[in-house]
Parts: sequence; structure tokens; C-alpha cells
Amino acid sequence: MNLDTFYENTWCPGCGNFGIFTALKEVISSLIEEKTPKENIVITSGIGCHAKIADYLNLNSFYCLHGRPVITAEGIKLANPKLKVIVCAGDGDAYNEGISHLIHAAKRNIDITVLVHDNRNFALTTGQFTATSPKGFKGPSTPEGSQEEPFDPLKIMLASGATFIAQGYSAKTDHLKNLIKQGILHKGFSFIDILQPCMTYSPKAYQLYNERIFEAEPQNLTSEKEALKKINQWKFGEEIKIPIGIFYKIQKPVYKIRNYD
Amino acid sequence: MIKDYSILIGGEAGQGSRKAGLIIGKLFSSLGYRVFIYDDYQSLIRGGHNFSQIRVSEKKILSHRRKIDFLLALDENTIKKHENDLDKKGIIIYNSDKVSLGNKKSIGIAMETIVKEAGGIPIMGNTALIAGFAKIVGIKWETLEKLLKKEFKKFQEINLIIAKTAFDDTKNLIKLKKLNQKSLPILTGNETLCLGAVKAGLDFYMAYPMTPATGILHYLAEHEKDFNIAVAQLENEIAVINAAIGAAFSGARTMVGTSGGGFALMTEGLSLAAQSETPLVIVESQRAAPSTGVPTYTGQGDLLFALTAGHGDILRFVIAPGDADETAFWAGKILNLSWKYQTPSILLIDKEISESTFSFDENILKKIKCEKPLLWDKKGKYLRYKNTKNGISPLAFPGQKEAIVKANSYEHDEFGLTVEDEKSIEKMQNKRLRKFKEMEKEVDKLEAIKVYGKKTAKKAIVCWGSTKGPAKEAAENLGIKMVQPVILEPFPEKQIKKALKGVEKLILVETNAIGQLEKVLNCYGIKINQKILKYNARPFLPEEIEEKIKL
Repeated sequence: MNLDTFYENTWCPGCGNFGIFTALKEVISSLIEEKTPKENIVITSGIGCHAKIADYLNLNSFYCLHGRPVITAEGIKLANPKLKVIVCAGDGDAYNEGISHLIHAAKRNIDITVLVHDNRNFALTTGQFTATSPKGFKGPSTPEGSQEEPFDPLKIMLASGATFIAQGYSAKTDHLKNLIKQGILHKGFSFIDILQPCMTYSPKAYQLYNERIFEAEPQNLTSEKEALKKINQWKFGEEIKIPIGIFYKIQKPVYKIRNYD
Repeated sequence: MIKDYSILIGGEAGQGSRKAGLIIGKLFSSLGYRVFIYDDYQSLIRGGHNFSQIRVSEKKILSHRRKIDFLLALDENTIKKHENDLDKKGIIIYNSDKVSLGNKKSIGIAMETIVKEAGGIPIMGNTALIAGFAKIVGIKWETLEKLLKKEFKKFQEINLIIAKTAFDDTKNLIKLKKLNQKSLPILTGNETLCLGAVKAGLDFYMAYPMTPATGILHYLAEHEKDFNIAVAQLENEIAVINAAIGAAFSGARTMVGTSGGGFALMTEGLSLAAQSETPLVIVESQRAAPSTGVPTYTGQGDLLFALTAGHGDILRFVIAPGDADETAFWAGKILNLSWKYQTPSILLIDKEISESTFSFDENILKKIKCEKPLLWDKKGKYLRYKNTKNGISPLAFPGQKEAIVKANSYEHDEFGLTVEDEKSIEKMQNKRLRKFKEMEKEVDKLEAIKVYGKKTAKKAIVCWGSTKGPAKEAAENLGIKMVQPVILEPFPEKQIKKALKGVEKLILVETNAIGQLEKVLNCYGIKINQKILKYNARPFLPEEIEEKIKL
């Protein structure tokens, strides 16, 4: 199924966004084949390199403000619960400018899927540090290296009440496809942090991720304790192995608005 | 002589003076009187001094006056604070268990004893006070009993015992006449705003609590089922406006409400609504600012802000109704206008309209319809931003077969894809400018300027929003003209110039410190001869305006 517009793709060669784009298109194609009406799918995006996906996808979309793709998606979903709303957000969108919306969306367990294209820097503004950049990240605003430790968004999501938490890697497209599909099919708030190398501002990331990323062993997905253990294996900073996969998945009542059931 | 009385009831927060004031208002309303209640309360939950000033009259009134005929004191502080405003023939009604006033003009009610003997709790003292007052002014027990039964669903029996005891213990002094005119419901401006918006097809209301707009959230949440609407409280005002834009993109007629500070947070979203051509109504109920300011008191300091808020060249309607009737009408109208022109709009009111209680003319609602916006005819490829002659592109919503709906915060082409080339940018900006021309034409067709008082007078007051109430009364008493611009953007230049024809002295009346309407009028070459400004966070009284104009 062709889901492309004819818009010129301007992502840098080797950009992690390509992998996410491919995986997402394949998942959406399979959903449509499985009888989800195409017109019921809506994409929201923030502002940043990732967000160009709104121009590239020939689907309903709202190219939102920076930091606001999650909350705009919530409004879209609340007013028409039949829609499948998928958020494409950058780490700057989701974890810096719009962190409050991400936390509250998880807290209310609204039935949307959030994909964070986490390249761990503000790439479109030429490479400043974000909330998930490693400590010591050198960018034009931190020439001596950033002083701040990154935070772990998966831990924040667990603490906020997200009912589906996963980590993916843009270069493992088949694995990622499964995560996105599971996330969209999950009834409630699903969150997937997708590690994506930025070839321009963090060129070593691709090699590092390839060396360190591994598919996590299956576990009891309803155990918060086990989820935390998985999340804590890597804390977005240290030079250790990085597990990917679904870490947490539980069922809880979904946030609904009266008169829009 | 026109019958016109003022009753002030006051006490500490938590003593129930507001509820008692509302019951007194309803009592008079049931006797055919027109009612206006000014509520004065502080930003606290217990203690302090709160009061309601209930003015009742044969004719419609839109503000309170200084003089008080009946001072109903739940505590001693109320007497101290307000006895200077008591009319020569005025009467103080007080709690004789706490205070002793030897004065002839005062009547004590043993509030605490009565409540205690009936087995009630302290707040029920206000029931005793209402009942005593009702007896003094000659309201029949049956009238009072009927109302109290409606008002007190909980502890009804105890409240009725308290009321009956106080009623029987008090002497009648005056015989108030029942008026031979239809009784009108009494509602706050926030409530009439909701009724108007619902009548125009409101689907969704979103807000973050902020005084004085919070009443809208409460009223709509309480009546969510009856009105068949959706209501959501979200994490902050930035969330509210972005979620509202999302909901409108889905096709829901959405409104948000806040005060100045919350509106400040919404301005980035306002710009998004303009750029993405998303219909959206923002209610901005002003309070005394800057910043946190005086949260539970009034002001008209956000006019220039509402007119210019948001980055970029933004089209918008800004409408400032002057009382509860107008608020109902314009809340409906602005929702229809927002959808007709796919634009953000601001309904600019203030605490004085939001939280004051008015006799409401329900016939207003008959003038409001849910008007259908321009919808896609399902022919050819759907273009969200189709470059039409009048700049208005037909709407389609996600979920509609054959339509791909793409909204964009970036400058975009007709389909909704991002553009950066000169030609496309200019083309879209021109499309939106043509839309603005249509909005201007629309304003010409509406009653954007109201004129009151003596229409041929050479002296005229110009004011906007809630200042209409006291200014209209002052103008009528002085035999001068009053001109009130209701629509402030697009500015009704032709209409106001027509209304000001023959005026030699123009007097500006506003509750802000710098004369914001004057600055707007100056842009259109209209000069002010006298400025009457008030900025102590209290509304004007009609007599204050009269005194200043006479000087």
C-alpha cells in the first residue's frame, strides 16, 4: 500500500527517522488490510526533524506546535473516539517542551499511541542537548559538554501510570514494527521510546547502538517491579548494554468523555 | 417613584452570605422584581469579609448602587464596614446573640439560639437572617417556604424550622408590593454564556480552573448530560487550547475559558488556531491584573491584549458583551462566527459579568441558532486549505471517507503540506486576508455598536463590556448619550462614527489604568475629551460616573 505523498524527503542520509517511517507505514498498511478504515487514522507530529513525517504520509495529520503533539492528539481522540491517533514526537517535544502533556496523558490512560523519535538532541536547531542527551553532550549551547544527567523517560512513564511501555531501535525495523503494532492495538495509553541515531549531530550513535542494543528476554509484563528492573538496566547514559522490547503492559480503565463514548 | 431597593448581606467566608444573597434575589424575583447581585469576596476559603449586594427594582438594572436600604449582618464586621452606606431610613438586621445595637434603626434576630434549638449547624444562621428579613419587608411565609424547599434539598426540615421560628419572632415593618410583571430567572453571566453557547451547538468545553471563568466549567460539568456536551478539565491552559484545537479538527464545536493569566499561556495556541484555520472560541473573563493581581475582583485591563495576542498576523473576532443577556447572545453568535470563518475568537468579559447575578431574558435564546459551517461537497480531491475566492475553504474532518485532512502549523499549500517558497507563502497569506475582509463585512451587518440614553445629546459616554451597566444608568439619569462598541475586532469603524455623529464631548469610562479603549479609538481618529478611569479592582457605581461627569 502506498502511503507516501510526493513531498521531497529531506532527512539526512542514514537518519534513524527512515527506519521509523518504514516501520510505521508497514504497521498502518497491515491495520488497513485488517479492516481499520484508512480515514480513521490520524497522525500528529511536533516540530523537529521527526515531524516532517506529517508531510511525507498521505494520511490525516495535524502538524502541531513544538511540544504539543500529544495533547493535540488527545483532543482529536476525545472528540472522535473512533479515530486511531498516533503521535510522532521528538525527544525535544515529548521530554522538554511538552513533558507535562506526556505525563498527564499517561496518567489519564487515554487510548492513543506515542512514538518518541528519540535522537537525543535538538537536531533541527543544529544539535543542542535535550532531556535524554548523555551527560557531557557537546553542542553549540554546551561547548564544554552539558552538565546535566539525562532522565529516563521510561521510568517517568512507569511512575505516571502508562499502561504500555516499550523501547525500540530505528535500525531494528522488524522488531520495531511489532512494538508499534502492539502499541496501537493496546487499549489505553501506549508509549514507545525509539532510539534513533542522528548522523549529523551524534554520528557515533549508530555504531554504539549496534554494539549495545539487544532484544530483552520475555518477562512478566504486568509486574511493575520487573518492568523497573528492565528499565534500570540502562539509564540513558552509561556505556552498558541497552535492552529493547515491551517492558510493561497492563489493562486499566481508559479515559473517556461522557457523551463521546 | 420607581421602587428600587438595595440589600447588603455580609459575613465571613464560610457563613454562606453568597447563597443567602441569591435566595433573597430569588425571593424578589418571584415577586416580579428585576434583580442585580454584586458579589464581593476575597481569595480565601474561611474568615475575611464577603458580601453580596442585592439590588431589586421595577425596571431592569445592571449594577449596584452605593446606598443600602437593608444591611443584613452575619457578623459584626459587616456592620462596621457598611453602616456608613446605610440610607437615612435604612435598617440593620443583625445577630442579637453576638451583637447588641440599641439603635431604633436596627432589628436583632437571635440567630444562634434559633439554630441551636432547632438542632442545626452554625451556617444555618443565614436561614434565620433571610426569614427575619422576609418578615420585616412583608413577604408571605408561603412564598418564603416554597423557595426554601427548592433551595435546601439537604437538611430541609431543620432549615424550615429555623426559618419559621425567625419569621414568627420578627415584626413586620414594611409592605413590599408584588409587581405586576413576569418573574424572570436570575442567573450569572457565566451561566447565561453557557446557555447561549449550548444553543449555538457547543459540543465540547475544556478549561483549567481560573477565577472568574471557573463558574463556566462548573455549570457545564454539572449540566453535561442535560446539554449533551462534553467537558474536560486538563493539566494547564496550554493543554486546554491545544486539545481544543485537536477537538475542533475532529469536528467538535469547542470552547475554552480562562482569565488573563491563563489566556497569556494560550496565546501560542491562538496563533496556531489562526494559522491552521481552526474554529475556536476563547472566553477571557478579566480580573484585576497584572499577573495574579486581585484574583476575585474585576478589571478591564486585557482589551489591548485580546486585540493583539499571539504572534504573527492573526485574524480574530473580539466581542465584549456588556451584561448577561448580551453575553448569552454573543456567546452563541461568536461560536457560529468562528465556524463560519474558521478562525479563533475571543469573548471578552470580566468578573463583573461572569459572577454577578442578573434577571435574564430567556427570549434572547430564541435568537440563537446552530448555524452550519461551510462543508466539503465531496467532489474531487479534498483540499483543507483550498484557495477560494472569499478565502473560506470547505471543512472536512478525519473519519470522512475519501478525504485526507491535513492541518499544519507551518505555512502550507492548499493540501496542507509545508511550504517555504515566496509564492506559496504570499498566496496563503492573501487567502487569509480575503477571509478577514469577509469578517469585516460580517461585522457591518451585525449590531456591533449599541447606543443608549438621549440619542440626540451632544455629550456622550463611550465604554465597553461590563461598564455598560453603570454607564447606561448614569447616561439615562443625566440625559446624555452612551455608545458601547460590542464588537472590537474587526473594529466597526463605520458604525461607531455614525453613532458619534453630532457628539461634541466624548467621555471615556473604563475600569483600567491607562484608558485602553481610548487607544483603540485613537487608531480610528476618534478623540476623547474626558477620561473617567477606575482601577481599584471594583466596578463603577452609576453615581460615581454621574458625579465625575457633573464636575
